[in-house]
Amino acid sequence: MSFRSTARYIAARDLEVAVNAAVTLERPLLVKGEPGTGKTVLAHEVAASLGRPLIEWHIKSTTRAQQGLYEYDAVSRLRDGQLGDARVHDIANYIMPGKLWQAFASPQPVVVLIDEIDKADIEFPNDLLLELDRMTFHVYETGESVTATHRPVVIITSNNEKELPDAFLRRCFFHYIRFPDRATMQRIVDAHYPNLRADLAREALEVFFRLREVSGLKKKPATSELLDWLKLLMAEDMPAEALRAGDGQAAIPPLYGALLKNEQDVHLFERLAFLNRRNA
Amino acid sequence: MFAPFIEALRREGLPVSITEYLTLMQAMRAGVAGYDVEDFYHLARATLAKDERHLDRFDRAFAEAFKGLQPADQAPGGDDRRELPEAWLRRLAEKLLGPEELAKIETLGGFDKLLETLHQRLAEQQGRHQGGSKWIGTAGTSPFGAYGANPEGVRIGQDRSRLRRAVKVWDRREFRDLDSDVELGIRSLKLALRRLRRFAREGAATELDLPGTIRDTARNAGSLELRLVPERRNAVKVLLLLDIGGSMDEHVRASEELFSAARAEFKHLVSFYFHNCPYERLWSTNRRRAETMRATDQVLRTYGPDYKLIVVGDATMSPYEITHAGGSVEHWNAEAGAVWLQRLTGHFRRAAWLNPRPRASWREDGSVGLIHELMAGRMYPLTLAGIEAMTRDLVH
Repeated sequence: MSFRSTARYIAARDLEVAVNAAVTLERPLLVKGEPGTGKTVLAHEVAASLGRPLIEWHIKSTTRAQQGLYEYDAVSRLRDGQLGDARVHDIANYIMPGKLWQAFASPQPVVVLIDEIDKADIEFPNDLLLELDRMTFHVYETGESVTATHRPVVIITSNNEKELPDAFLRRCFFHYIRFPDRATMQRIVDAHYPNLRADLAREALEVFFRLREVSGLKKKPATSELLDWLKLLMAEDMPAEALRAGDGQAAIPPLYGALLKNEQDVHLFERLAFLNRRNA
Repeated sequence: MFAPFIEALRREGLPVSITEYLTLMQAMRAGVAGYDVEDFYHLARATLAKDERHLDRFDRAFAEAFKGLQPADQAPGGDDRRELPEAWLRRLAEKLLGPEELAKIETLGGFDKLLETLHQRLAEQQGRHQGGSKWIGTAGTSPFGAYGANPEGVRIGQDRSRLRRAVKVWDRREFRDLDSDVELGIRSLKLALRRLRRFAREGAATELDLPGTIRDTARNAGSLELRLVPERRNAVKVLLLLDIGGSMDEHVRASEELFSAARAEFKHLVSFYFHNCPYERLWSTNRRRAETMRATDQVLRTYGPDYKLIVVGDATMSPYEITHAGGSVEHWNAEAGAVWLQRLTGHFRRAAWLNPRPRASWREDGSVGLIHELMAGRMYPLTLAGIEAMTRDLVH
């Protein structure tokens, strides 16, 4: 069973190969790319196409590797101890399994998403080396060992905020999601909005790619922004002519709030539009 | 069979190890790539290149190691590493143009002339172009571009041959922008600077210190004794000095990007401007210079030695501006720039100079060499690689 583009998710051939390699060899796949190019969605699509449940582990700056395995709730044991609760005698009552434990213990094969691994502390990936490689870990408090019944497919996303250690990278397949070109973008739009009028789609893509070319934007709009914007345009039933900018190269597109997420970008754009009108 | 390929990758500076090589073999045996050359390329890339900055170098090594995969008449010539592959353009044009059309090219001054003009126009042109008769684009009558009507035309980016598709994937070199020695965008700058972040516990004690609590409770014979610690925060303090005006004008944008990127990254960040070389006065707003002037002495007294000093400037000036009192181009300075620089580097435990000019243009003599020496060799180019080297140096 191999991963292919689906009706909703358009994957380039190189991404398909990378996912299939990771699934076949049962090794983690590390995915990087501009925000909004579908890194997180990929995990959902892989899970759906393999017909396996997805376990999501979203990483924050305070997340530690141990939390993915298990946590020992010492405070509640202490409280129970002081209150004389009988539960206190079995330490297993205070061991809380984490996301990786759930994945390893699952009776059916699963897909695990470790989202935005670079958000965590710099040592985080190192602490998971053995666990992701052997898919096993040891619970010190109870002395038991947890081993994966089925090696899960692990998909890891990163926004490149931190360098990942070499030893970690060696154990992964790597894929960089490039920003889609025009033809691919057309396919993505078609996949999401099959009922979109062709003229509106063409004009919207034209505006979108021109907007991405404006130099000095702090955050260039990406696929997810385009899809949101198109949804708005459809909801407003916008005619295609409204998008055609007349003579100005950089007239402000309608409902631009969905595309430009940064106040300074909006200012920059308004200034460009103003200059264009004055020159015209 | 793949050993020369791995060697080529290592020559290009990709940290490929035996582990990855074996993984690739394993994946091949498992039939992930089948018998498709393009799939093999994708698989090798996913297995061997682990950083998007390496992808371009990977493509080059792949093209070099597997040039036998291309038909013999298409063996690539000695193309310039960072230029348009001329041989490729030439081959493409030869393939697409008939003999009489090739003869017509001579009217433009021959192939070399044509390619030279193409380079020139590629450099001049900005943005996408459609129609028209001069620029490179689509559907025009210019000699360059695709789907055009000029028999002398050079086609660019027009997929023609199904058979050569695989070759083109890596010859397209789409990841060139991600190579780390290329100049920086604001986002990558931010990421590079973020490596400076360092967490420390500071401020009010609000978090439960579990080990401390357990230890103290045990000491207390089992009755609960809570211990709290402050939250972890980014504790890096940065003092930024930016050169502005004069020879820096062309670099001001780059410096400002660095500035705004840095602002979002650190809790303690102070920035001042100077001109050419820091002297006894700095100012904090370039537009209202006279009003926001601060004595350098006062700056030294205000910000402790734990601040990390980052100076951004092209260090290009007359050597007298550094070595002699009164050398400044703007005002009379009682003490030489070198004295002030020594004071700054002596006060701050960690200091570095970022130079927006490419390293190749730093001359050993002249002012750049002087400043290089005054900074004890801690001068780095304003590229991703340069900033990484700088942050490595600054965090200790």
